[in-house]
Amino acid sequence: MPNMSLKKNEMPVQAPDVRNKNFKEVALGYTEEQAIDEAKRCLNCKNKPCRTGCPVQIDIPAFIAKVADGDFEGAYKIITESSSLPAVCGRVCPQESQCESKCVRGIKGEPVAIGRLERFVADWHNAQPEAPVEKPAANGHKVAVIGSGPSGLACASDLAKKGYEVSVFEALHLAGGVLSYGIPEFRLPKSIVQKEIDGLKALGVKIETNTVIGKTISVDELMNEKGFESVFIGSGAGLPRFMNIPGENLSGVYSANEFLTRINLMKAYKADSSTPIYSGARAVVVGGGNVAMDAARCAKRLGADVTIVYRRTEKELPARKEEVEHAMEEGIIFKFLTNPVEIKEIETDDRTKKGWVKSIICQQMELSEPDASGRAKPVPIPDSNFEIDTDIVIMALGTSPNPLIKSTTEGLDTQKWGGIIADEDGLTSKEGVYAGGDAVTGAATVILAMGAGKKAAAAIDEYLSNK
Amino acid sequence: MFEILEKKSLNPTVTLMKINAPRVAAKAEPGQFIILRTDSEGERIPLTVADFDREAGTVTIIFQIVGATTEKLNHMNEGDCLSDFVGPLGRATETAGLKKVAVVGGGVGCAIAYPVAKKLHELGIEVHSIVGFRNKDLVILEDEFRAASSKFVLMSDDGSTGEKGLVTDALKKLIESGEKYDRVITIGPLIMMKFVCQLTKEYDIPTVASMNPIMIDGTGMCGGCRLTVGGQMKFACVDGPEFDGHQIDFDEAMARGAMYRPFERKAHEDTCNLFKQEVK
Ligand SMILES: Cc1cc2nc3c(=O)[nH]c(=O)nc-3n(C[C@H](O)[C@H](O)[C@H](O)COP(=O)(O)OP(=O)(O)OC[C@H]3O[C@@H](n4cnc5c(N)ncnc54)[C@H](O)[C@@H]3O)c2cc1C
Ligand SMILES: Cc1cc2nc3c(=O)[nH]c(=O)nc-3n(C[C@H](O)[C@H](O)[C@H](O)COP(=O)(O)OP(=O)(O)OC[C@H]3O[C@@H](n4cnc5c(N)ncnc54)[C@H](O)[C@@H]3O)c2cc1C
Ligand code: SF4
Ligand code: SF4
Ligand code: FES
Repeated sequence: MPNMSLKKNEMPVQAPDVRNKNFKEVALGYTEEQAIDEAKRCLNCKNKPCRTGCPVQIDIPAFIAKVADGDFEGAYKIITESSSLPAVCGRVCPQESQCESKCVRGIKGEPVAIGRLERFVADWHNAQPEAPVEKPAANGHKVAVIGSGPSGLACASDLAKKGYEVSVFEALHLAGGVLSYGIPEFRLPKSIVQKEIDGLKALGVKIETNTVIGKTISVDELMNEKGFESVFIGSGAGLPRFMNIPGENLSGVYSANEFLTRINLMKAYKADSSTPIYSGARAVVVGGGNVAMDAARCAKRLGADVTIVYRRTEKELPARKEEVEHAMEEGIIFKFLTNPVEIKEIETDDRTKKGWVKSIICQQMELSEPDASGRAKPVPIPDSNFEIDTDIVIMALGTSPNPLIKSTTEGLDTQKWGGIIADEDGLTSKEGVYAGGDAVTGAATVILAMGAGKKAAAAIDEYLSNK
Repeated sequence: MFEILEKKSLNPTVTLMKINAPRVAAKAEPGQFIILRTDSEGERIPLTVADFDREAGTVTIIFQIVGATTEKLNHMNEGDCLSDFVGPLGRATETAGLKKVAVVGGGVGCAIAYPVAKKLHELGIEVHSIVGFRNKDLVILEDEFRAASSKFVLMSDDGSTGEKGLVTDALKKLIESGEKYDRVITIGPLIMMKFVCQLTKEYDIPTVASMNPIMIDGTGMCGGCRLTVGGQMKFACVDGPEFDGHQIDFDEAMARGAMYRPFERKAHEDTCNLFKQEVK
């Protein structure tokens, strides 16, 4: 008999006014009882509508049925047929617009908590004693993967399982891409990312950090001199955007990437970190995506009063719903229909304060009638400028692909905005070179990047098997 | 891991190290830099490639001890390994079409200026080097500069060595005496570069300044190294570090460069105290 409760089993979380002062994980995960109870809400629909909402088409009802039976390892096996990062995706997927948006239980009441169940299964598996990994027999082919974000990790993992000799080249000193330097510890513990990377190493994948492709070594050199028969580019979309408003280069104005990198990659939030961060007593974050929420919640944890300014309304916020709710609970102030026009500098003779931010001038916006595409554009209300005093400003306006690889690789075509041009399977304009993830799509999601890495791995396998 | 093969003190606050880093050595060009971390908890700091040996696979760095990380680095010895060493980053110095160049270096900036002077010299370009230091004890690379330059002027703030005065005084004198440079390349403290650029602007001599803003990743990802050049935002780590000196907003760069000074002073004191305790 299914559990007909209209509501999801609640996820235990740290209390808002406790967690907004520490960097430990906010959501604590289901217990076995809660997971089984939640799994029983699933109706095991024949046509599996939820599955169509998942970009990698996990067989959702099948894994949930295993959870309901208490066969968690069986559930894990089903998930990993389609996904290589369940502990990550169960935490960070925008489920409300993907799998859960299609769940029939959501028509009346709340959908089944698919993401939470996925997370539970992955965490359960990771807590079991490590089964010894069998290194697959080598097939004699060498493939290079550029970037160690979700797309690169997924591609490397699938190829290594097929016996390829895979090297992952990463520009930073630590693997993981955005999972390591962008998404904060309190949302995605770094031990989970490390576990994935250790798993890859156990499969025989070489991870070469401190290697900037295009500088240290080029794609052409990898293929022509180093014996890599195929290359996958998963270099992400790391180039931060700014608004080009006056005052953006004042001290105290950060890109979200800089702010988050100092905190996550360099652990600036720890007292003994050698990389400094300044978060002030007041912080303003510009933007409304996951990146803005993460930056705001980090600043809050460092002790600042935080305001998010976003030029549309709450309804249009592109961030995951759960993160917006968490941010609000943690005491972050949202100013909607608000757009910055200038950042003001402190007027002072004190040399240590010169060149620092004093305030941010914003314009009040309203939404226009929806245009042909059906989207309402924010337009400024005349004479509506107002000032918010602040110590720091964090620009979380989105990112685009870094031009470094394109500019150093012969014959690699990109879109005008920088995205690498690739077909369904990830094949680029250059033979043997595949690409996927944010480097192709522009800033998107972990699950899409992971899916693209898997697809490219299959295509590379086919290409090299027939070569 | 990147082994320290050689360590040499050039003056009380400036140290040279030769590092085993074959991949970086294979590609490095004068004007480029690396980013290193001393250990797995360390800060990422940028340092210029002062020299390299492609065959031996080594890269030389010269650094001034200014804060916590350079202090830690200076406590490492031959045989120790750096945990991270990535590069070469940034663009190499452009040399095409040059015939006669004045290289103007100040303080530890001379460590960055020297490989540039050497490369120009090797290309058959006439090099005049003007280098300035606060006093005699701080002079570095004098012999090396002499070997790479057809004219060498040493300046000191207090007159304890070379001529007393600023590098801008010496440069002005040379220009007024009729030396015709197709380019001035200046590397040193921001304030010095600012005045060099002001001077060369008067004489309409194209000038390149090598900028050292605070950096983290060095790949164009964080935007921390941004500068305003000709009214546009540039990232020093990928668009530079060398820029048209007549277009750089030096005042903004100076303010941004000082952003972490109070925090770093504390970190430096902590590190020094740590080392003192170890000595006891
Ligand atoms: C703060 C933040 C929060 C986010 N939150 C979410 C979320 O909640 N849910 C969600 O689904 N998505 C989220 N995203 C988006 C998601 O993280 C990305 O879409 C995803 O990581 C893209 O994966 P990728 O493999 O394409 O690239 P990345 O994760 O960006 O990895 C690319 C890697 O390549 C390396 N690299 C780049 N150039 C080179 C080079 N030339 N040589 C060598 N290495 C190179 C980079 O250093 C990096 O490590 C968030 C993003 C950010 C920044
Ligand atoms: C492209 C580039 C090339 C460089 N090459 C050299 C080199 O060849 N030799 C050398 O000695 N130094 C060089 N520097 C400067 C060097 O990176 C800094 O001195 C170093 O990061 C200081 O680290 P720290 O932890 O010891 O000091 P910190 O504690 O970080 O800082 C101590 C003091 O130095 C200032 N400072 C911090 N970072 C920088 C910086 N990037 N530039 C200028 N001042 C800074 C701080 O504001 C503070 O006042 C270079 C910098 C860049 C960006
Ligand atoms: S991977 Fe993401 S979209 Fe797919 S089932 Fe899991 S949470 Fe839903
Ligand atoms: S749509 Fe919902 S109820 Fe139906 S199978 Fe999927 S998760 Fe279960
Ligand atoms: S150092 Fe991060 S963008 Fe230049």
